[in-house]
Amino acid sequence: MMNSFLSRTSYWVLALFLALAGSATAQDATSAATVSQQGVTPGGTAGAAPATGGGDAAAIQAGDALFKANCTQCHAVNEKVVGPALAGITKRRQIPWLIKWVKNPAKVIASGDEYAVKLFNDYGKQQMPSFALSDKEITSIMAWVDSQGAGPVAGPTKENAAKVDGAGGDTADAGGAGAGKYADVLLIVLVVVLIVLVVTLVIIANLMKDVLRGRKDLDGRDVEILEQRFDWAGLYKSTALRGIVGAVVALALLYAGVQSVMAVGLTQGYQPTQPIAFSHKLHAGENNINCAYCHTSVYKGKSANIPSANICMNCHSQIKTESPEIKKIYRAIERKQPIQWVRVHNLPDLAYFNHSQHTQVGGIQCQTCHGPIQNMEVVYQYSALTMGWCINCHRETPLNTKGNAYYDNLVKLHDKSNNAVPFTVSSNGGTECSKCHY
Amino acid sequence: MKYWKGIEELDNSPEFAKNAFAEFPDFLPVKESRAGDAEDSSVAPRRDFLKLMGFGVAAATLAACEAPVRKAIPYLNKPEEVDPTISNFYASTYFTGSDYNAVLVKNRDGRPIKLEGNPESPVTRGGLSARAQAAILSLYDGGRLQQFMAKGKKADFDKVDQAIRTGLNSATGKITIVSPTIISPGTKRAIAAFAASHRNVEHVMYDVNSASGLLQANGGVLPAYDFSRANVIVSLGADFLGTWISPVEYSRQYITNRKVRSDGPAKPTMSRHYQFETALSLSGSNADIRVPVKPSQMPAVVLALYSAIVGGGTAPALTPAISAKVKAAATELQNNRGASLVVAGSNDPAVQVLVAAINQSLGNVGTSVDLTNPSYVRQGDDARMAQFVRDLNSGAVSAVFFYNANPVYNHPLGAQIKAGIAKAALSVSLNDRLDETGSLCQYQAPDSHWLESWNDYEPKRGFLSLAQPAITPIFKTRQGQESFLRWAGSNETYYNFLKAGWRNVLGANGFQAAWDKAVHDGVATGTALTAAPAFSSPVIGAAEAVSRLRNVPTAPAGTVELALYEKVGIGEGGVEANNPFLQELPDPISKATWGNYVAVPRAMAVANKWEQGDVLSISAAGVAKPLNLPVLIQPGQADGTVSIAVGYGRVMAGRVGDNVGENAFPFAQVNKDGIVYANAVTLKATGANSPIAQTQTHHTIMDRREVVQENTLEKYRENPKEVTEYERIATPEGLEKPSKVSLWQDYQYNDHHWGMAIDLNSCIGCGSCVIGCQTENNIAVVGKQQVINRREMHWMRIDRYYSSNAHKSDFDEKGKLDTYAAMEDPSDNPQVVFQPMLCQHCNHAPCETVCPVLATTHSSEGLNQMTYNRCVGTRYCANNCPYKVRRFNWFSYYSNEKFEDVNGHMFTDLGRMVLNPDVTVRARGVMEKCSFCVQRIQLGKLEAKKQKRRPLDGEVVAACAQSCPTEAILFGDMRDPSSRISKLLKREDGERAFHVLDSINVQPNVTYLTKIRNVEQSAFFPEEKPA
Repeated sequence: MMNSFLSRTSYWVLALFLALAGSATAQDATSAATVSQQGVTPGGTAGAAPATGGGDAAAIQAGDALFKANCTQCHAVNEKVVGPALAGITKRRQIPWLIKWVKNPAKVIASGDEYAVKLFNDYGKQQMPSFALSDKEITSIMAWVDSQGAGPVAGPTKENAAKVDGAGGDTADAGGAGAGKYADVLLIVLVVVLIVLVVTLVIIANLMKDVLRGRKDLDGRDVEILEQRFDWAGLYKSTALRGIVGAVVALALLYAGVQSVMAVGLTQGYQPTQPIAFSHKLHAGENNINCAYCHTSVYKGKSANIPSANICMNCHSQIKTESPEIKKIYRAIERKQPIQWVRVHNLPDLAYFNHSQHTQVGGIQCQTCHGPIQNMEVVYQYSALTMGWCINCHRETPLNTKGNAYYDNLVKLHDKSNNAVPFTVSSNGGTECSKCHY
Repeated sequence: MKYWKGIEELDNSPEFAKNAFAEFPDFLPVKESRAGDAEDSSVAPRRDFLKLMGFGVAAATLAACEAPVRKAIPYLNKPEEVDPTISNFYASTYFTGSDYNAVLVKNRDGRPIKLEGNPESPVTRGGLSARAQAAILSLYDGGRLQQFMAKGKKADFDKVDQAIRTGLNSATGKITIVSPTIISPGTKRAIAAFAASHRNVEHVMYDVNSASGLLQANGGVLPAYDFSRANVIVSLGADFLGTWISPVEYSRQYITNRKVRSDGPAKPTMSRHYQFETALSLSGSNADIRVPVKPSQMPAVVLALYSAIVGGGTAPALTPAISAKVKAAATELQNNRGASLVVAGSNDPAVQVLVAAINQSLGNVGTSVDLTNPSYVRQGDDARMAQFVRDLNSGAVSAVFFYNANPVYNHPLGAQIKAGIAKAALSVSLNDRLDETGSLCQYQAPDSHWLESWNDYEPKRGFLSLAQPAITPIFKTRQGQESFLRWAGSNETYYNFLKAGWRNVLGANGFQAAWDKAVHDGVATGTALTAAPAFSSPVIGAAEAVSRLRNVPTAPAGTVELALYEKVGIGEGGVEANNPFLQELPDPISKATWGNYVAVPRAMAVANKWEQGDVLSISAAGVAKPLNLPVLIQPGQADGTVSIAVGYGRVMAGRVGDNVGENAFPFAQVNKDGIVYANAVTLKATGANSPIAQTQTHHTIMDRREVVQENTLEKYRENPKEVTEYERIATPEGLEKPSKVSLWQDYQYNDHHWGMAIDLNSCIGCGSCVIGCQTENNIAVVGKQQVINRREMHWMRIDRYYSSNAHKSDFDEKGKLDTYAAMEDPSDNPQVVFQPMLCQHCNHAPCETVCPVLATTHSSEGLNQMTYNRCVGTRYCANNCPYKVRRFNWFSYYSNEKFEDVNGHMFTDLGRMVLNPDVTVRARGVMEKCSFCVQRIQLGKLEAKKQKRRPLDGEVVAACAQSCPTEAILFGDMRDPSSRISKLLKREDGERAFHVLDSINVQPNVTYLTKIRNVEQSAFFPEEKPA
């Protein structure tokens, strides 16, 4: 609460300054809005499969689900994750070979297959586990991978990220807690200059007066002008001014009061210190690791689980093993004491929220609610997570009905009756009480 | 036909009349569920109020400053198949010495939270009894013993093992293991391994609800019955739908011949069910023809049936009413040779010998009676148990092990066992708690809960099932089987031991795969685990049985006979006694909760001027301590008899079960053939009064013709369109359907329209749905006093209606006085209808329109939504609900210490593990009600959306429909024309489908199907002639 209060205060100060500073912020707001609407896709977590590369649409769709369920932990289409990037895989290898490989990589390696052995050696002798998938399923996964390769994938990300960052330059962060140092320095310099100016002016005025007083040739009117005093008491006694000042103060107090009452229980901006200084900026931002690689149940469960230590170990058994932060994970494993992360996003028990409904079905990007997570050194609560915030989105967001047979008839019915209005979540009952409260 | 919901209503007492139209009593003080609180805590002085107020403001201010830091603690090493918030189901088996159920355990975040029937099981076929439903709560029972103990002190495994082994080695006399029936081949092998490593080991099994006589009469085996192959069923005191041997299995079989539909190729048929019994049981209430008989008349009934069917032997005289019914039953049995079934609940081998002979003579052996694949669920031998008691007291037993057996409490000779335990040099209890028997032993080596254990089961020969641990042992307990292996000197785990045995069933080739499949399915078939049953010849021949029964001494006139019976919920009062769900499950017939009572027929109560709730002192010859129990006037109770339920009066069961009711086990008699669950008793009023917590007479507004509909099979065969009476309302255009005139606009359902159909023909009233709903929806238990205050919280209740043969339509013929006089007659043996009642999810819901804060609204899928966080507790909705299904949270049942005893599972971290995380625990001051299991609907829809398809019929099932052993409840999407419910409603439209209180046009989404009885039209008066 204290934290958030401080961050809010500093936010206000900065906002005041930025408002004075003028137009620069408009750009920031626009870029933030872009992020929240489109999201960035670290590692290419495309929610809905775009362009079909000529393959059988149903197979591709099935492949999408299968890929997410089985492969994303180690593979991305265009990125090397734990295993190689899969784009163009069907051009590199024949489908029968791939089927054999997926079903039992150990056997293929043991058979002395040249490519397989090379792959094995290239990837630090880490062997891909075998998958009990049918031939058809593997083929459909490959079809999906191909379809991803065919169209430009929404995803990879350097450009996207640059676009976001670039729009406001370094001030892109200005809306956040830590403002740019330049702004501070500039502010201080300006204030100093102003003070110096005022002081100089006062000194000059006094000097001039002294000079004039020294002259004897002044007539009465000039002396009157020279010696005139401002009537402070009259100003103090002015009812109009009193009224205006009083009203402004009252309004300001009222505004502050309403704001603080409305903020009771709100934890927007909550940014607790975590037991391990894990950086999403490094992992999701710079390294482009797919969110679902660590948050494994985000596409299938109610919660996007906090990764268990063994998931960290998938990479950190080899990478950056000397880092003191990563050693904390080793210690946890040695002592068999799970890591106690501080929960950032807390919904009240009476509200039901399911991640998979929004990610897998709705195709919403993680950033829509969690903000520019790929830029967060320490995660904070980006959205208000209030009921009004939820409802608003449900009212405005069109349903992701494309290619989902669940909605086919509903779309038809909606189009027949009310084609002009978009088929939003709420027009399908998405704002009814028992959708979230039971 | 006129129904009344209880004696009070028939009497129309002033108090009843006053309360009849009040949904909530005017003022009901807050009192402890148990007496003893002298100060009336409901009065809060002004100063206290101010103090509390001041504190409250301060506390609220402080609380607002600091949001608590919440931790998110992931697995250290996440198992691959476990994902947080995603439920996994594991197959397992419920068997605690009485009924067998194959179950699926719903595991959420590593803890079991619900049990469901395993549809793969050929025995229970997806059904689940109320007791099995509630068993999940026993896993988190804080009354369980949490570690091994030696001589009253906590001890670790090794120390106890060491001491027991030393004790065993120095044992000179018998080493006896006492247990209830064990149907696990693996456990028996473990006990055999133990027996092989020590001298003189004997294993005594006894059943609390003994079938020793039945076993003796059938050459040592328990016949497997198939009620689905019987067109005529005659039950002589066997409550096979409620408590007798394997109720879930039998219910499922029974109901296949009771479901009717008019569009079949042939005219609909139903089985005919005769029930001769003393107390009104669940089976009796479902019977077409029920005949009340005294326990002492039962031998004569059996003899009469025997002589009519087999011939030979004449029966002693019976009353004309009974003998007419016996004759009718005999004729029907003879007309259905090979397709009928006679069962008897008696534990007298002579009765069972004759019943076996009757079935043999009717050619039922091989059809409805299977002797080659017998049932194993009762193996107790009363004679051996009696011998054990003698041995124990004579000092012949030097070591005794009680393996989940509590004979001190539940055996008629409990007092002798209590005295004898000290005479054994070594006494060990493997019971899960320090109960009446276990506390007397030197060592306690508590068995793990079955949900924490590996085991196998063979309920019927060739039908196997497995139990697998769904959670690691919560306490420092060890599986009993493993304990026996340790004491036998083996260090093998029971898992390996069990698996080794299964190699015989599954074969050595590809064993691992087959084993994995068996564990996954939970059920398997194979006869290789146990030896084929050895048939011995019956203990007595038919001729001797006849002569024995003929010579049963008749009780002197005026004797009051006591019949002991088990309750559907509490059963024998084992772990069930400390299970608040079962304590608060209303008895299907009397609707009483929390405790037992003495059920007396109306005539006896009138003659003795006993009122309901008067405490009687009940004593019998040879029983040391009389019982003090309140009177419950029970229609259907045989004249001159009373009934008392066993399973109550525990003193060391735990916080919930202690001192609830009185223990009636000592009233059972032990003779040379076994235990007799009847006695002659003397009753004396004590002048005290103790109210019985009944749930039924509270909701009295449904006293109308259109609430429940029934008719005869004869009429149904004649014209299915005439069995249901549809109400019409008067309009300017003449009589019309009530829906013709409406204030409201109709909803349009584009996506789904959820609905439920309840077949009154299939509902047997067992209460499984009530408990299924309670576990699924985190429904609070409120305790005895609050049930008396009419504040029980069950979302699903089963209304039970008694019938009365006399009717107002007789006024013209018989005159008013005679008709009123006749109205008292049928209450002696009423017909019974069960009607599950839950929120009807009205499309024109009266509750929705009166809520001032829109906390209850209608969804676009037809649900009547209840939003707890919006509710301010005006209770307008409950007042406006015609079905009286809304429940108000008068207290914080999860934090008010007054409810800690009864609702303990919501108080401790241990207990809260059972709560369903998808359902909110409701706070004080809000209304709640059936949600149609909206959490299951949402989950089903989500799964379908994820797979980019429409939900399949049967994917979304409400908890009640899911648990129903007779498939009486059908839940589904009425918008989907191919769903079963759409088809059913289309088929039954205008025939059996009706809505309760149709004329008020609230348009419920719950449809009922008219009950059809297989009785003569003359025995039935369904039509009310318009006045």
